[in-house]
Amino acid sequence: MRNIFKSFTLWIIVAIIAAALPLLFESSFALTLLCKMGVLIIFTVAYNMLLGQGGMLSFGHAIYFGLAGYASIHILNGIGEETLPYFPTVLFPLIGAIVGLFFGSIIGYVSTRRAGTAFAMISLGFCEMVTAMTLIFVIFFNGEDGIQTDRMVGPEPFGVTFGPQIEIYYLILFWCLVTVAMMYIITKTPFGRMCNAVRDNPERAAFIGYSVRRVRWQAFALSSMFAGAAGSLHALNYEQIGFEAVGVAQSGAVLFMAFIGGAGHFLGPIIGAIGLTYLDSTLADLTEAWLLYLGLIFSLIVMFAPGGIAGLIVMHGPIAKTNSKLLTGLIKPYLSAIGSIIIGIIGFIGIIEMLYFRSLISKGEGEVIIFWTEFNANGIISWIIFIGLILLGFVLSKKTFPKAKEVWDHAISVVKAEITHE
Amino acid sequence: MDVIFFTLFNGLMYGMLLFMLSSGLTLIFGMMGVLNFAHASFFMLGAYFAYQISKYIGFIPALFIAPLIIAFCGAMVEKYALRRVHKFGHVAELLFTFGLFYIIEELVQMIWGKVPVGYHVPEFMDFTLFSMSGMGYQAYAIFTLLVSIAIFLALFSVLTKTRVGLIIQAALTHPEIVSSLGHNVPKVFMLVFGLGCALAGLAGVLAGNTLGTEPSMALSLGPIVFVVIVVGGLGSLKGALVASILIGVLQTAAISLDVSINSFIETIGLTVNIESLWHILIDLTISQVAPILPYLLLVVMLIIRPRGLFGNRDV
Repeated sequence: MRNIFKSFTLWIIVAIIAAALPLLFESSFALTLLCKMGVLIIFTVAYNMLLGQGGMLSFGHAIYFGLAGYASIHILNGIGEETLPYFPTVLFPLIGAIVGLFFGSIIGYVSTRRAGTAFAMISLGFCEMVTAMTLIFVIFFNGEDGIQTDRMVGPEPFGVTFGPQIEIYYLILFWCLVTVAMMYIITKTPFGRMCNAVRDNPERAAFIGYSVRRVRWQAFALSSMFAGAAGSLHALNYEQIGFEAVGVAQSGAVLFMAFIGGAGHFLGPIIGAIGLTYLDSTLADLTEAWLLYLGLIFSLIVMFAPGGIAGLIVMHGPIAKTNSKLLTGLIKPYLSAIGSIIIGIIGFIGIIEMLYFRSLISKGEGEVIIFWTEFNANGIISWIIFIGLILLGFVLSKKTFPKAKEVWDHAISVVKAEITHE
Repeated sequence: MDVIFFTLFNGLMYGMLLFMLSSGLTLIFGMMGVLNFAHASFFMLGAYFAYQISKYIGFIPALFIAPLIIAFCGAMVEKYALRRVHKFGHVAELLFTFGLFYIIEELVQMIWGKVPVGYHVPEFMDFTLFSMSGMGYQAYAIFTLLVSIAIFLALFSVLTKTRVGLIIQAALTHPEIVSSLGHNVPKVFMLVFGLGCALAGLAGVLAGNTLGTEPSMALSLGPIVFVVIVVGGLGSLKGALVASILIGVLQTAAISLDVSINSFIETIGLTVNIESLWHILIDLTISQVAPILPYLLLVVMLIIRPRGLFGNRDV
């Protein structure tokens, strides 16, 4: 009971902070960014119901997100043209949820016989099929142009028109809190536990008497339902939707967010959605190579930290619980390790940016701005500087990383000893 | 009749290209359980390398050098990255290759730009070899077909008839026993991964000049290759062959069929009066829906025969 109360208060605090954010950041860029984050948090947490909770890697989850978006825009247009009865805008995510649940149940039924790589292949096939359909069934999808709408339709209860972006932000915030809370509660129910069991050991789950396929199917349908709610909000937020919203790129983006944030922990996808949306909005204008960096970060996370960012944080939980002095002892070696790797990364980014500049942008010019400084991409000196930084970072890492690992190993062994001692 | 033959021939051409791509993937997947999302990226790299090499020393050297470089790249990816990820399971391996897919696509854009490069059919094979009832058959197309058939025969005989093939097949099912017999199983895996990538690279060399060499070519073929593997049966080389040709013929045949549901209804003497909005649905010709046919085949296969054509386990 105390736990429920504690998490409830935490929830309220988060809600208050999120509600106050637009007052702190007044620019319209910040508001657009916050709206986008809210939508993607719902989508990523829904996606993680599959990937993290159910152990199903999907390359096609944008189908439900996108189709719900298309449906919402058509219904909004229908209300605007008065061919459809009025439906309150506040409840539009419910429409998206129904659309997502509908398609998720159908597609989930044929694709959840097996998890793992076979499931991933099939999900990609479905994603390609729906993407191809957007270009064929022009009456519904309108091809590459996509469809537009005006979200200000029907009566205005309490003077809320959902015209201004700030009103959409509070709508997104409300649904974000509600859906994320629901998804959190689902992880705590017996059904959520069964999802984990099916993920970890399908044979044993089947022996207890559960239909493994049925559990996967239900998880798939629920996850699609929440993805549909997110898609509806996406459509309301932008007032338009295009074929890219159902495509592999959108599915890949949500996979990146969930996995880099940390698929094993409930908060991981939220961290990933906030972090990557922010980076995507700010860096995509600054560099051509943003997708390359994203691919590299993702691959490195898969190789060295499969728990994602949340996994790295949670890893330190036992140390913090038993002996916080050890935790403060870790700070110094960590900082030196991170510092040395950052030097190398700066050099690497410099080289990549100059290569991109030379092949894509430069028209005989040599001046390229990297880290707010002007470099000559054709001059030998800038190349020497960046290669030197890479080498320096490499040499320093050789020293600082073993040191950090040593301190970490020591801390963990102390913790283990203390736990067994108790 | 001629049209049917021509369609079948083109379908076979496209199907054999798909087979070259998917044979490498199915080999890797069947042996190591690794689903390589970046497989079509190696196909793309093959085309770009062939373009670069044939610019300097000609097409024939490129035909041999480009797949070798790809094989080396693939082996390095296996040795230094996949082997490390292996302990986290097959899904982690798939995730890693998904990241690799993005990296390769971006690197290709960085080096060769975003627009297609001018990789052309070599001049000495750019002529009509023979023509049948008005349809000309380009020498290069015949050459591609012959190479892909040769690859299939070589692959099949090596895997089933030779000692190397036996070791490879045994390493798939019983890695511990094979390694205790003194074979270096990780090395076998590395070589198989390299070989699979080289096959994709070779397909890229052969098809890059007819399909167009551009950064999006990996994404346009990759999903179809996955469909081939599922339809053919996971890990079955024979299944990959049949499924490739099936999908190749299906897609080329569909493109030339200008028939819709409505025209069919009209030929049997009926007229349909539906509201204008839904009329578009029955007016869709088969050639218009051609892009989704492979995926429809996937869905139908999943419902009626989940193990694929020649597979021995359910998907």
